[in-house]
Amino acid sequence: MEALFRNVRELVERAEKEEKLISEIMIEQEMLMTDRSREDIMIQMDHNLTIMEEAVEKGLKGVHSVSGLTGGDAVLLQAYREKGNTLSGDLLIDAVSKAVATNEVNAAMGTICATPTAGSAGVVPGTLFAVQNKLNPTREQMIRYLFTAGAFGFVVANNASISGAAGGCQAEVGSAAGMASAAIIEMAGGTPQQCSEAFAITMKNMLGLVCDPVAGLVEVPCVKRNAMGAANAVVAADMALAGVTSRIPCDEVIGAMFEIGQSMPSALRETAKGGLAATPTGKWLESKIFGGAVVGSGQ
Amino acid sequence: MKFKSVFDIIGPVMIGPSSSHTAGAARIGRVARDLFGRQPEWAKVHLYGSFAETYKGHSTDVAIIGGLLDYDTFDERIKTSFEEAKNAGMSFEFIPETGHVDHPNTARIVIGDAKSEMSMMGISIGGGKIEITELNGFPLRLSGNHPAILVVHEDRSGCIANVANCLYKYDINIGHMEVSRKEKGHMALMVIEVDQNVDKEVMDELRKLPNITQVTRIAD
Repeated sequence: MEALFRNVRELVERAEKEEKLISEIMIEQEMLMTDRSREDIMIQMDHNLTIMEEAVEKGLKGVHSVSGLTGGDAVLLQAYREKGNTLSGDLLIDAVSKAVATNEVNAAMGTICATPTAGSAGVVPGTLFAVQNKLNPTREQMIRYLFTAGAFGFVVANNASISGAAGGCQAEVGSAAGMASAAIIEMAGGTPQQCSEAFAITMKNMLGLVCDPVAGLVEVPCVKRNAMGAANAVVAADMALAGVTSRIPCDEVIGAMFEIGQSMPSALRETAKGGLAATPTGKWLESKIFGGAVVGSGQ
Repeated sequence: MKFKSVFDIIGPVMIGPSSSHTAGAARIGRVARDLFGRQPEWAKVHLYGSFAETYKGHSTDVAIIGGLLDYDTFDERIKTSFEEAKNAGMSFEFIPETGHVDHPNTARIVIGDAKSEMSMMGISIGGGKIEITELNGFPLRLSGNHPAILVVHEDRSGCIANVANCLYKYDINIGHMEVSRKEKGHMALMVIEVDQNVDKEVMDELRKLPNITQVTRIAD
């Protein structure tokens, strides 16, 4: 089955020519490629949205992982936000706290929806539920947010990678942040081209992001990287809505991300052999969790 | 294209913490069970690359056992699958390997019971998506995303045509097909991805064809 789009340029062109939303092109492609009805597809995405809502809710009540490395930060962030004098603004801290909430639930073996992966599952819902308070979208618009995000993720997955082991964290949280940024634009009433600009601006600023999980676990630095991915997505969306464009076209940014991923040493691609995982404290935490010789100095 | 559906990107709904190491692992285990056709009595799971390095922290082990117990990626019982396996009478062991493999997230699952045993190699390619790369020594490429039929047969002329004709008769469209054999004139394997689930009636008819040894299916 021929896809309606294979890259961002084709996606935007089709949306512009047919005067449709990016989310609509994604829904139509899904119907075409999987031979399912629109209703079926919308129901499944609605279900995924519900899973995301439940995960955020759970995370905001406070969860902790088995290793003890992560948990409780979403609660701190929401409490701080509720005092009403955050430096970076209410929406940004809301998005950050909800991204953290989701990823803390993930680290604690809770139920989440991968977007595009489990390690990067916080960014898309975190931004969605924060922007929701500002834009008051309908349920359908919230579901469409996920299709728009999915359309961009689809391009990255097929033309580059969404795997930390293959391409570093830029492929996971980087992709998630770009996807979220594009989805914010559509919900805020921006154009398909602005979606593409927002994705490109976000992805450009996540390039080179290594995957260096301490003790090999999806916890440190993953949870906080989801937080910053969410912040990056919101700011880039504002930039694109302001009319700022990316000098490097979106597809070329995705290509660059893939190239960078290929040339990254394997120590920085999810092997827990480099970066933060290889710091004295990182090694100490690893031996504390999994036993064995204490190789780092630790705390 | 490796990824065909938006739900490969916004999904799967799963138990954390890793789509590659947990959800993908559960799916590899479940396909192995599907191919075996019943609950195995024992399982030896060889882990390679990143799977071997970090399987405990990512719950790759409980996820694979969950898959062998037929659990989906979002089944809460994945967390307690070791106990569930004990209750189901399945013994298991994990063997981290150091040997080189093409993909960093690779598992070889050997399962069996008193009647037979089976070996399958699967890779987790990201976002919960998997591919099956080897079955009983036969190299193959199977996404696990579509219903598929696997036919073990004698390497004789007409075998492939007979199977294709039978599927045609029931109006079953072949999406992807691979044929491989270990040695000319001996055992061969057909892997056929189809667009819809295949009824028992068709399976029975395939089994009756000449020179066919074994027919199994993987439901969507």
